[in-house]
Amino acid sequence: MIELNTQRMEDFKERYRYLRFFVGGAFFLIFVYLWYLQVIKGTDFRQLSENNRIRIREMVADRGMLLDRKGRILAANRPSFEVFLVPEDIQKNPETLEMVREILNLSPEEIGEKMKGLKRRLAFRPIKLKSDIDWDKLVLLESNRIHLPGVMLDVRPRRAYPYGTLASHLIGYIGEVDENELKQVSSRSYRMGSVIGKYGVEYEWEEQLKGVDGGRQIEVDAMGREIKHIRSVESFPGNNVFLTIDYDLQKVAEEAFQDKNGSLIAMNPKTGQILAMLSKPSFDPSIFARNITMEEWKALVEHPFHPLQNKGLQGQYPPGSVFKIVTAIAGLETGAITPQTQIHCTGVFPYGNRDFRCWKEKGHGTVNLHRAIVESCDTYFYQVGLKVGVDAIAHYAEELGLGRKTGISLPHEKSGIVPSSSWKKKRFGVAWYSGETLSFAVGQGYLNTTPLQILTLISTVANGGTLLLPQVVERVENIYGKRLKEYSTKQTGKANISENTLRIIQEALLGAVNEPGCTGGASALKQVRVAGKTGTAQVVRMAVDFKKGDMNRMPIKFRDHAWFAAYAPFEDPQIAVVVLVEHGGYGGAAAAPIAKKVIEKYFNLEASPPVKAEGNLADSIYD
Amino acid sequence: MIDRRLFIHFDWVLLGMVLLISAIGILNLYSVTSNGETMTTPLYLKQILWLAIGLTAMLVIAFVEYRYYIDLAYIAYISAVVLLILVLGYGIITSGAQRWVRVGTLTFQPSEFVKISLILALAKFFQRPSDRQGYSLKHLGLPFFLLCFPMVLILKQPDLGTAIILLLIFLSILIFVKIRLSSLITLGAVGASALPLVWMFLKDYQKRRIITFFNPDLDPLGAGYQLIQSRIAIGSGGIFGKGFMKGTQSKLGFLPEQHTDFIFSALGEEWGLVGCFVVVGLYFLLILWGLRIAIEAKDRFGAILSFGVVAMLFWHTFINIAMVMGLMPVVGIPLPLLSYGGSFLLSTLIGIGLLLNVSMRRYLF
Repeated sequence: MIELNTQRMEDFKERYRYLRFFVGGAFFLIFVYLWYLQVIKGTDFRQLSENNRIRIREMVADRGMLLDRKGRILAANRPSFEVFLVPEDIQKNPETLEMVREILNLSPEEIGEKMKGLKRRLAFRPIKLKSDIDWDKLVLLESNRIHLPGVMLDVRPRRAYPYGTLASHLIGYIGEVDENELKQVSSRSYRMGSVIGKYGVEYEWEEQLKGVDGGRQIEVDAMGREIKHIRSVESFPGNNVFLTIDYDLQKVAEEAFQDKNGSLIAMNPKTGQILAMLSKPSFDPSIFARNITMEEWKALVEHPFHPLQNKGLQGQYPPGSVFKIVTAIAGLETGAITPQTQIHCTGVFPYGNRDFRCWKEKGHGTVNLHRAIVESCDTYFYQVGLKVGVDAIAHYAEELGLGRKTGISLPHEKSGIVPSSSWKKKRFGVAWYSGETLSFAVGQGYLNTTPLQILTLISTVANGGTLLLPQVVERVENIYGKRLKEYSTKQTGKANISENTLRIIQEALLGAVNEPGCTGGASALKQVRVAGKTGTAQVVRMAVDFKKGDMNRMPIKFRDHAWFAAYAPFEDPQIAVVVLVEHGGYGGAAAAPIAKKVIEKYFNLEASPPVKAEGNLADSIYD
Repeated sequence: MIDRRLFIHFDWVLLGMVLLISAIGILNLYSVTSNGETMTTPLYLKQILWLAIGLTAMLVIAFVEYRYYIDLAYIAYISAVVLLILVLGYGIITSGAQRWVRVGTLTFQPSEFVKISLILALAKFFQRPSDRQGYSLKHLGLPFFLLCFPMVLILKQPDLGTAIILLLIFLSILIFVKIRLSSLITLGAVGASALPLVWMFLKDYQKRRIITFFNPDLDPLGAGYQLIQSRIAIGSGGIFGKGFMKGTQSKLGFLPEQHTDFIFSALGEEWGLVGCFVVVGLYFLLILWGLRIAIEAKDRFGAILSFGVVAMLFWHTFINIAMVMGLMPVVGIPLPLLSYGGSFLLSTLIGIGLLLNVSMRRYLF
């Protein structure tokens, strides 16, 4: 038997009296208060519960505006008139439904659909029947209000984007909060039906834009009409977010892009501020603000050119010849070449059992590094690649920010791929072939980059080796104009590349736009010295089978991507631009003229007619 | 182990009271949750299932001689705390709080079982008697640790209500086993000076509830609204109530959390003062009966164990009813045997099982 511990049990007995007294007192308090509530105040409360009717009407806060760097409104709110039904009152007055149906021109099916959901809902909670009704219908409803018990009209702010599709990927879109989001965010500030940022700046700056919802506690009569206002909490509008982009520049960029697909980003290479950002095809964010229909959603998602993707940071493409910048740097920094190193290009470079072609069939003859960049000679870089090897190229690619996210505050940024011998071993389990180094050296093969990464690369070359965080928001202000947040330039790294090397590259890039025989001539300007590099990224190997200039006969989806990355002015870079035209063909022909228009606009120059550059609009196609 | 005499001494009165309150609870839940058709199993059916599980557990626990639990006390305590840690790591989040663990298709709240295991552990600790003047602070290091560790974890979830209950159970037991007056005063002083610290620790919504209690006008759309609607519900019941299934406040969805924390408001609305008096009276009798069991227990462990369970029942009942009437801030403490919730019902019935256990063995040794 387990021992019984019975010492000092008298202590407990001592407490018993007090405890009984305490419990008795507590319950007495409950009894008395129940008496007070149910007997003394009983009739008052009974009346309150019968007329029932203290209800809550939400007042949705105005979402903060999005503005460009000069304060031009890119996203704001407009009033939308909405019709609600209070199920409980409607059930008592079924004739109301018919009248509302006629006024709003709804079919009986539509009404039936709305009413089906009612049974499971709480009877007093209003249900949205129709939003954004016309002014004349509003007047009709308002003037007949006395005959329409159970119908509630309300004004709610609705997101409006005055410039439609302009910068839609940067701005993003909003939508009703879904169940997952409700679980993640603090449950208090969002409820079913609340609006939340889903993409772009609308998503990333949600906290700032949201504002604080308010509401009114009101007493309503048996018909559901407001009779007494009890208390209210005012809503407080969200903060205004000023983007770094410039509307004028953005507009020029959008127009220059015409109906092509792809991406353009412009940035100040000294601050990292994004000056323009577009991705094509684009979408109209306002369709999300008014609850996108199933068909609209399907059309966007199933679109062959992915309009919902911000290709500037979500699209990954081989950079083509733009990458020769990296190969050249690797060659110079490792000492494998000097600026004087000359290589003879015959148009074909046999390696292993394959012929690696230069884009120029006849060959470039004997070229040094400068001319090789200017004319974008493939043969030259095949050989530089072989001299320095895959891992050195990969190292300098990473020094310049490739292979990792830039860290921009926009959702779903991709990190691209910088292949190396260890990467290939890990990924495919086989060793790197030196033949693959040749493709790598001219920006093809496994290599994948986002346009934003290429923009960072060209900016880093332009500003002397500093990697900057690309930023899309300049500042946040509250509605009174008080600055709450300012985003200053943020350095994310320093490329370990000598000044001398960078100067050689910069001069070559200047030549690639301005010297005879260059590939980027279509972006040259008289008043400002532009430096840049073209690129053409192969989509399918079969492109080679089409003769030069025959690109137009190819099915669009097999055509090459056109790249152009540039900055200006050469002496004191203020703008860096990257243009990617999906399936656009040659970088020099398809991408460079677009960049030119943007640079022209940035410096407020008279638009000059497109020059027929003396150089080559074509660009390297390797094999 | 199971003795024929156990049946003779079985505490039929206690069982009767518990069954009666549970039956009222199911009926009330049926009334409250049966508005509109739902796709899922009605809550009152789920509650009946939990009740069956709970009653079985209760009987099993009642018939195993309670002194075997002395050896299990710390093991039970440690497993409950481990579950709590698991909940913080892998718990399911509902409305912002992480309180649940899923086992198969059932979800349960480990914090509920912490209450029982804390009572067991404290009963084991205080089984060793103090000297004549009672326990002083220097004896209380381990009990404080036993309290604070799970309490901090529970506050992290965050579940203020359960944390408060743990604290109150602890303090009640301290007083029951006799703590020196000087120590009690020191504790009070330290506690009062720690309040600002606790305030900093609270989540915004918890602070808001407390502020709202003192000034309901501050949050007319949230907690203030809940309180007003709850008072209207109870008050509008009047003397005889609106009748079974006739509560408009609960039917129209004015009552917040009407099947859990605010279940008493629905009861008050439909059954009026008469119904409330019957139910509150039953709780009153149950708690007095429990106190008597504690006093008449044959050994210290049995006495402290049963007292701990009574303290748990008392604080739950008192705080919940006071809170829905507007006598106290809304802290999210459910009402034993009436509120919907499987884990809570189970832990309550396990507690009752312990009470039955001590009760029927008072003549045995």
